[in-house]
Amino acid sequence: MRFTKDHEWIEVDGDIATIGITAYAAEQLGDVVFVEVPPVGKAVKQGDGLAVVESVKAASDVYAPISGEVVEANTALGDAPETVNAVPETGGWFAKVKISDPAQIEGLMDRAAYEQYLSTL
Amino acid sequence: MSMHNIGRPTRPDTAGDVTPATLTGGRGLLQDEALLFERDGWDKTGVDLPEAAPADDLGDLVRDEPIGLPGLSEPEAVRHYVRLSQKNHAIDLALYPLGSCTMKHNPRLNEKMARLPGFSDIHPLQPQSTVQGALELMDKLAHWLKTLTGMPAVALSPKAGAHGELCGLLAIRAAHEARGDARKTVLVPTSAHGTNPATAAFVGYQVVEIAQTQDGRVDLADLEAKLGADVAAIMVTNPNTCGLFERDVIEIARLAHAAGAYFYCDGANFNAIVGRVRPGDLGVDAMHINLHKTFSTPHGGGGPGAGPVVLSEALAAFAPAPWVTHTEEGGFHLLEHEVGEAAQAFGRMCAFHGQMGMYVRAYAYMRSHGADGLRQVAEDAVLNANYIKARLSDVMSPAFPNGPCMHEALFDDGWLEGTGITTLDFAKAMIDEGFHPMTMYFPLVVHGAMLIEPTETESKQELDRFIEALRLLAQAAKDGDAERFKGAPFHAPMRRLDETLAARKPRLRWRPVAAEPLAAE
Amino acid sequence: MRYLPLSPADRVEMLGAIGVSSIDDLFVDVPAAARREGVVDLPLHAGELEVEREMSAMAARNRTAGSGPFFCGAGAYRHHVPATVDHIIQRSEFLTSYTPYQPEIAQGTLQVLFEFQTQVAALTGMEVANASMYDGSTACAEAVMMAQRVTRRPRAVMSGGVHPHYVETTRTLAHVAGVDLVVLPPAVDGEAAVLEAIDADTACVVVQTPNVFGTATDVTKIAQAAQAAGALLVVVTTEVVSLGLLKSPGEMGADIVVAEGQSIGNGLNFGGPYVGLFAAKEKFVRQMPGRLCGETVDAEGRRGFVLTLSTREQHIRRDKATSNICTNSGLCALAFSINMTLLGEVGLRKLAALNHERARQLHKALGKIKGVEILTPRFFNEFAIRLPKNAAAMVETLAGNGVIAGVPYSRLDHDAGLDDVLIVAATETTLPEDIAIFAHSLDRVIHA
Repeated sequence: MRFTKDHEWIEVDGDIATIGITAYAAEQLGDVVFVEVPPVGKAVKQGDGLAVVESVKAASDVYAPISGEVVEANTALGDAPETVNAVPETGGWFAKVKISDPAQIEGLMDRAAYEQYLSTL
Repeated sequence: MSMHNIGRPTRPDTAGDVTPATLTGGRGLLQDEALLFERDGWDKTGVDLPEAAPADDLGDLVRDEPIGLPGLSEPEAVRHYVRLSQKNHAIDLALYPLGSCTMKHNPRLNEKMARLPGFSDIHPLQPQSTVQGALELMDKLAHWLKTLTGMPAVALSPKAGAHGELCGLLAIRAAHEARGDARKTVLVPTSAHGTNPATAAFVGYQVVEIAQTQDGRVDLADLEAKLGADVAAIMVTNPNTCGLFERDVIEIARLAHAAGAYFYCDGANFNAIVGRVRPGDLGVDAMHINLHKTFSTPHGGGGPGAGPVVLSEALAAFAPAPWVTHTEEGGFHLLEHEVGEAAQAFGRMCAFHGQMGMYVRAYAYMRSHGADGLRQVAEDAVLNANYIKARLSDVMSPAFPNGPCMHEALFDDGWLEGTGITTLDFAKAMIDEGFHPMTMYFPLVVHGAMLIEPTETESKQELDRFIEALRLLAQAAKDGDAERFKGAPFHAPMRRLDETLAARKPRLRWRPVAAEPLAAE
Repeated sequence: MRYLPLSPADRVEMLGAIGVSSIDDLFVDVPAAARREGVVDLPLHAGELEVEREMSAMAARNRTAGSGPFFCGAGAYRHHVPATVDHIIQRSEFLTSYTPYQPEIAQGTLQVLFEFQTQVAALTGMEVANASMYDGSTACAEAVMMAQRVTRRPRAVMSGGVHPHYVETTRTLAHVAGVDLVVLPPAVDGEAAVLEAIDADTACVVVQTPNVFGTATDVTKIAQAAQAAGALLVVVTTEVVSLGLLKSPGEMGADIVVAEGQSIGNGLNFGGPYVGLFAAKEKFVRQMPGRLCGETVDAEGRRGFVLTLSTREQHIRRDKATSNICTNSGLCALAFSINMTLLGEVGLRKLAALNHERARQLHKALGKIKGVEILTPRFFNEFAIRLPKNAAAMVETLAGNGVIAGVPYSRLDHDAGLDDVLIVAATETTLPEDIAIFAHSLDRVIHA
């Protein structure tokens, strides 16, 4: 699993990356009430808005950690947004993206680096 | 002697200290009230109407299916709404320290004047010759607004402050388009109210933020760096959302104008300067005025508001229809169509002429205060806010301790550090002490912000009562009395409500099919 | 001054507590160039008596709708408001309370909003409604914006029966939102023309019923055609009492319904404040503008109400909000709700039937006049007639004779070429003798 400074994680399996937000982010946001997942087929560039996470009082943008095309979105979150709070780094995934530039993954932090980064916040 | 004894006690029995629960769940004067739809007898009505012939000329268009609207007799309806009303806090009960809302007293003369049949029972489209008094009122209100702000023109029609912002930006956009100089960006301070960037984005502009200095004002250097040929306007609130007067406002206006941009001023905080400072003297091009803030029209649980927009000479021609003009014969004429003088108007903001009912109320208020009273309003508003700031600064942390504030005092949550109590918790505990909470978490630039605006209609006694309550609460917070705050409010008609549940499982109406009661997960 | 509680002694004491010697010390941040000594050039303060005198004199220079035969409609209607309504909305707790952001101390307002939303949904035949908008015209404009968001298409078609002020208000927003607004020419019964205008780029079609000429229309076919093309049907109503007699837009397949609620609970008030109703299918709720009130529970498990789905709104989304709206029409929505409660379904149906009956009487009386051509084929309480001369001029003459004869179409849209068209309305407040006087006066003016 790799991480961004904006608290997104990606899990790579072949040429598909599953993307979500980290446990730290989910805790900071408080109760998630709604997730706006991207439409299948949407092309994203690294850093583009990929999804929006809503808590009661705030809407936060989730950015694409890598470039590619959305091949699947976690529509189950529509009926159960609390999944993001419960299991943010597994069942609370937002989208699966077909990676267009594998080199981008190297630039992301591994878990040790991310934990180190969190301690500076 | 003849002994007369009624046989009942006339003194309270002070021995017992047990408070038994009631048998029905009732709580004295505080009455519970079910939803309208949860009663029997949906076919009641509290209105007596004569029978009419059935409509036999409309065929299939007639509504056969039940509509689903219960009715009540008049006594039942009165009781329903009076019981509900008792669950509301209101200005008429106590100080409402909501920063940026100007919760001043709502004079009852306003209500009486608005209900004169000559103002309330007239149609917007009856012949103008039959409503000269109404047009005169609009004309007089316009005169007062222009004179108080030092601006040459005013668009009366916007129906609320945010609607006024929209009107101002549309006029600005029209002015640029007329010059063939359509621009793409609007600059907005980080401390701005959410309506500012929302409005700018809606009108098609990209929003760029301007930084704030350490002492809570617009960063001039940052503003200058961001101004350019692509900036259509700057949107600045003055006094700003931190309750501070922008000292460099004249320079801000000059810089904007030099770059060909217009200066939109959010007039939400006009109460601090009315009668003492004129936005027209500061270089403002457009400013909306919230009649329900500065000019005392009632908040009514969320509306209606009114947001007329004063305009500079540069923008006057683009004001939306309609507006009142003078005829040669000394009468009034409402210009409604975009011809002649109004040819460059950018369009309409809404149907008809605007919030006449609010104009009548605001005018009654202005006429009552007069030029001298309105100046005193600003002075007392600023005095009250500074008094609160001075008497709380030793127990709470003012966000900008150096120098005076204007009509509202801003605190951050630095003083709560280590207590485990948040701004929200503190605010909820205020409810138990009898006060509506202040504005919380706004402006966004201050952590855990608490923005307190008392207004000028608070007496010194009420201010002292409020200050005392906050001092006691602040002490309790620092003493570690967390329970008081975490579960608050305890004494309101309702305990803290689950907003997460409401957002995750939205139930926005009553439904005839029996649904499971909502329960927290 | 009666609205200022501070005494001179209070002020001195408070300045001392602050640590300054004069109020001017608190205004020190105002640049010298902007400081004004003295007061602005306006009259000084006045007592209630003086203010009442001046304002009563102004009010007296207006001819009230109730003072004689009166037939104006065209988007605002004269109905009787029960005494209870005005009494309750003046209670302190309703009049002087704020937006219910602190729900624990605002359950009165919130429960009313929940009931209001339910009443509006039931009335319009839709699944969900918001807590009100400023008025019908801005609600209409917002509906078009919403349709654009939902369908992601650039074009909107407005039928020739939509109130011109609603068209203009929508045009103002469409212009900046990049919506290509197609406005069909004015037409008394032009809803069919809408069918031909629907294409693959159409986000929505907007149809008013009863329309500005009073025509009541079954929009079922339009709903089907729109939805087949992937577009939404927005139905507009300016006279909500009609929903007590006519099939609801929801029943006919509308996706969004907007209405002017003024007819129920809120007087004419020269055009405002009014109350916009906004209802839609549940699947569109996250794209709806305006406030929403929802059900929940408190810490003790008791049912309560809160504002919800706030993340659509400006104070959270800021530049990504669904609209920039901050207020609803609170007190006007309360008035609507109280009046609707007093009427109930039974009362509303009676009221609607009475309105229609009066309009039929008016229709009969005017139809007898030579030179008057009735244009509207089916109506609720309002219809359009063609006169042999300029309608605005005739209205002016009739006003001189004590009759407020209705709204010339040219007043709404001055270059539509319909200067001889007059829109007339009758309600339960119209008396048979008013109709007789109107017909008689109109006949005389036509044949003078």
